[in-house]
Amino acid sequence: MTAHDPKLSRRSLLTGAGALVIGFHLPRAARAQSGAGAAYRPGGNAAFAPNAFIRVAPDSTVTVLVKHIEFGQGPFTGLATLAAEEMDAAWSQMRAEHSPADVKLYANLLFGVQGTGGSTAIANSWEQMRKAGAAARVMLVQAAASAWKVPAGEITVSEGIISHASGKKGSFGEFAEAAAKLPVPENPPLKPASAYKLIGKEGAVKRLDSADKARGKAQFTIDIHAPNMLTVVVARPPRFGGKVASFDAADTLEVKGVVDVKQIGSGVAVYANGMWPALKGREVLKVTWDESEAEKRGSAELIAEYRKLAHEPGTVAGSHGDAEAALAKADKVIEAEFVFPYLAHAPMEPLDGYLEWDGQQALARFGSQFQTTEHQTIATILGLPLEKVSLETMLAGGSFGRRAQVSQHLAAELAMAAKAIGPNRPVKVVWTREDDLAGGYYRPLFVHRLRGAVKDGKIVAWANHIVGQSFFLGTPFEAMVVKNGIDATAVEGANEIFYEVPDFRCEVHNPKVGVPTLWWRSVGHTHTGYAVECFVDELLQAAGQDPLQGRLAMMGDKHTRAAAVLRAVGEMANWKGPGPVDGRARGVAVVESFSSFVAQIAEVSMGPDGEPKVHKVWCAVDCGVAVNPDVIRAQMEGGIGFGLGHALYGEITLDQGRPVQTNFHEYRSLRIHEMPEVEVKIIASTAAPTGVGEPGVPPIGPAVANALAALGHGRPRQLPVKGGTV
Amino acid sequence: MRTALLSAAAGVGLCIAGTALTLAQSASQSQPGGASLRPVGSFSNITNQRDRSVALFNEMGKVLTHPRCMNCHPAADRPRQGDIRKLHEPLVVRGKDGHGAAGLHCSACHGKQNFDPARIPGDGHWALAPASMAWEGKAVAQICEQLKDQNRNGSRDLAALVRHVTTDTLVLWAWHPGRGREPAPGTAAEFGALMQAWADTGAACPAS
Amino acid sequence: MVSLKVNGTTHNLDIDEETPLLWAIRDNIGLTGTKFGCGIAQCGACTVFVDGQAQRSCVTPVSAVAGSEITTIEGLAGKEAEAVQAAWTSRDVPQCGYCQSGQVMSAIALLKENKKPTDRDIDLAMNGNICRCATYVRIRAAIHDAARALEI
Repeated sequence: MTAHDPKLSRRSLLTGAGALVIGFHLPRAARAQSGAGAAYRPGGNAAFAPNAFIRVAPDSTVTVLVKHIEFGQGPFTGLATLAAEEMDAAWSQMRAEHSPADVKLYANLLFGVQGTGGSTAIANSWEQMRKAGAAARVMLVQAAASAWKVPAGEITVSEGIISHASGKKGSFGEFAEAAAKLPVPENPPLKPASAYKLIGKEGAVKRLDSADKARGKAQFTIDIHAPNMLTVVVARPPRFGGKVASFDAADTLEVKGVVDVKQIGSGVAVYANGMWPALKGREVLKVTWDESEAEKRGSAELIAEYRKLAHEPGTVAGSHGDAEAALAKADKVIEAEFVFPYLAHAPMEPLDGYLEWDGQQALARFGSQFQTTEHQTIATILGLPLEKVSLETMLAGGSFGRRAQVSQHLAAELAMAAKAIGPNRPVKVVWTREDDLAGGYYRPLFVHRLRGAVKDGKIVAWANHIVGQSFFLGTPFEAMVVKNGIDATAVEGANEIFYEVPDFRCEVHNPKVGVPTLWWRSVGHTHTGYAVECFVDELLQAAGQDPLQGRLAMMGDKHTRAAAVLRAVGEMANWKGPGPVDGRARGVAVVESFSSFVAQIAEVSMGPDGEPKVHKVWCAVDCGVAVNPDVIRAQMEGGIGFGLGHALYGEITLDQGRPVQTNFHEYRSLRIHEMPEVEVKIIASTAAPTGVGEPGVPPIGPAVANALAALGHGRPRQLPVKGGTV
Repeated sequence: MRTALLSAAAGVGLCIAGTALTLAQSASQSQPGGASLRPVGSFSNITNQRDRSVALFNEMGKVLTHPRCMNCHPAADRPRQGDIRKLHEPLVVRGKDGHGAAGLHCSACHGKQNFDPARIPGDGHWALAPASMAWEGKAVAQICEQLKDQNRNGSRDLAALVRHVTTDTLVLWAWHPGRGREPAPGTAAEFGALMQAWADTGAACPAS
Repeated sequence: MVSLKVNGTTHNLDIDEETPLLWAIRDNIGLTGTKFGCGIAQCGACTVFVDGQAQRSCVTPVSAVAGSEITTIEGLAGKEAEAVQAAWTSRDVPQCGYCQSGQVMSAIALLKENKKPTDRDIDLAMNGNICRCATYVRIRAAIHDAARALEI
């Protein structure tokens, strides 16, 4: 049994005599919270809804219920840090588990629904979890004060030990039961930053999940087994928008281990006793597809269309001065067109989900990133009231945006697969890597056409036409991000830039294409960061300016945090210009994303095989208060590797609408020998913390491209730089 | 290197014993989809023995320069893969005995037989040819000289060479490379016959 | 019927002989530390030891390993395993963690053969294991840590 054993987890929510439960949530939900402690029924109560963030067990372990999915970016550790800090708990007593799906208690304060994304976990929970911890501490202290008959103000807490000058000492567990009977304080005081023992302290906190993950003990969705469970793989249309016309399952049903075959909304589902028979069964399944409404354009056709569109007026996403007039009178217009391919997220754990139902109630267990909408989708498809459906969030093997599904297609497929086979046959739907790469929901293909002019050493005009699909227009999420017809995620980072250019314009086209697309780690910044930071570098070069000093000069005094990370990274790398020196050149880029600022310098040479070699990356990040410095470093390292791998090699190509790359041998992923050395500096800050899961990604591509320009290879106009292997 | 090669060859002998029947059955056939080889008999109209020997070797060259052979006779340390001869991913190298680097031997992925569901080729002694037998980038004439050179070919005389190409399971694999790969031209038996005829006609090499 | 000896225990399984060892281990034997990532030996998440040698279980049919000693991450023992897993934990290598069973297996395989690997040795042994979170900086550091720990 491990900390992540699903059975134990669920049981432990229901049992554990003498436990203290602290709830603290949205102010408007404060009424519901006031009875959180009293509502907990030691000894187990099947109707118990764990409407709480903190649970103290009789053995003094403190379990933080985390509403954000943990898929590597560190919310288990981060949110536990916040709670532990205010509780004055010892780190060794801290645990973390996913909270259940419950929008009333666990909505993301920035979304209004329960969900993870936009690098918001720490930003959202900064106040919430500290207050939850502080409330717990107040109640434990009060319980001890009552028991010891001393004033609460004389009691201290350190490393999880409650003590009084009289020599009395006690653990959290000893006072949990008594504390649970006390009222929850409305607005418990928070520590001043000067008193922090864990937040921002190097080495004070280790990840809560490392030990299990190093020992194969962490439980992911794909690891779920249940009696009578069927493994399900689905044959999906080879082109997007295709439908099942007919199918012949005779050969499939002959495969030993195959139990049944059913048509469901997303294709034809093969049910089997285990993955291998399911795959063998699907291999011999004969499906005729109706492709009358399928998307049949390939990447080449789309790029050609987008290029044309980039010359036509679009929706204005940003404008000041008169860029067209300024360009018209410029001595020379510098023009650059950048093409970005479709990209797959390819999380190591492919999409999967588990669902059991008996016709009356259901339990879904999977790496749900948008619990609220997925919960509703499953209930709707199964025809059950929401309260009869439980959704347990599992650890997920990466996401990079893939599990944050606007369409809820995985939850829907899971529910449809369960419904089609009928009650009391638990199903585990598993996607293969081939399903994943051919399955769409890609980072959209984008074209940026940039024009600019320089005069007297300065950039005087800037115009950018952006063309690419919106994955929000026409979805339930549209209201959240689409304003005045502009999908903010398509233009973020490009419609406003750090650099003071007197005449500026940014226009966007969102053509309709039948390829499902989705946000991909750092969303719009995946392409705008590259286009903007390559083009500014190119213009500065034309203006005879140093890439780093030139950027700083154009930032004026409005972008102090961006300027600060840029200066910091310059100092780290001992920047003396791009070079090259001894065959190695340096490129710089700085991007703000999700309210965090990241500047990177990449040192690059060209390998004998024509592949760029990135030797070292210096990275300065300002994400406000650094809650877990080592998690921030890890996210910068990982973001750099993820961004670099895709900039160099990543591409999903469509050939007449069909995805070409089928697995990692064609969708080339960064490997250890291609990973640069990384040095990270975290800028000290007192600003409220912002995200780190995504912001490490955008600068690396343009930093490498700018170094390649210094090496004489130009800034690659079409990504990936090297290409995959197809 | 020489010792390693010889010990590897000894290993081959053991492998063959176990699979002789299979090989005997398959030597005259090959996986469909490959190009053909001219039969030995079709060279009999070349009256000059040396010219005939050269012509026979040029015909053998179709096999030797085929991706099935060339991919694992690389010039550098890293093999290529597939009919398009792309660099092997992951990055694997010859290593100290031709079986890969410490921690990532060929056998980590390549089993004793092809595994067609995943399109992974396999053989009892999947390995890279020794550096002395690098063919990549070489003309057929150079490969010919190299093949005959006992300092580079594992101390094989002509008879041993013929025996090698007609009995070594890894050589014979080229005609049964599994799903997704084009087999070497002709059949193993035809190739063996060409080589025997080439040896019998003085093992002459094309002019370089 | 196929007989597999995994972590010292023999299992007789009524499965197709072509079944990859990966799925036999996961679905039929119920050991889930060994992960599926690609199914074509490109990512290394499924790495196990067969008679002490690292092998990709996703492309190994069970028929090929009947009679072999198979070790999964659940059955690890020995000083290399201890050193590697301790280093992985203390360096906080994992992010999502899904590939890490395979990374750990490959790292142990390397250290069993090479007590003091250089960066190049680590590249050559570990590049068969993909980590989409790109935890590579720490994987490298942790292997060096483990090698140092083994010297003592």
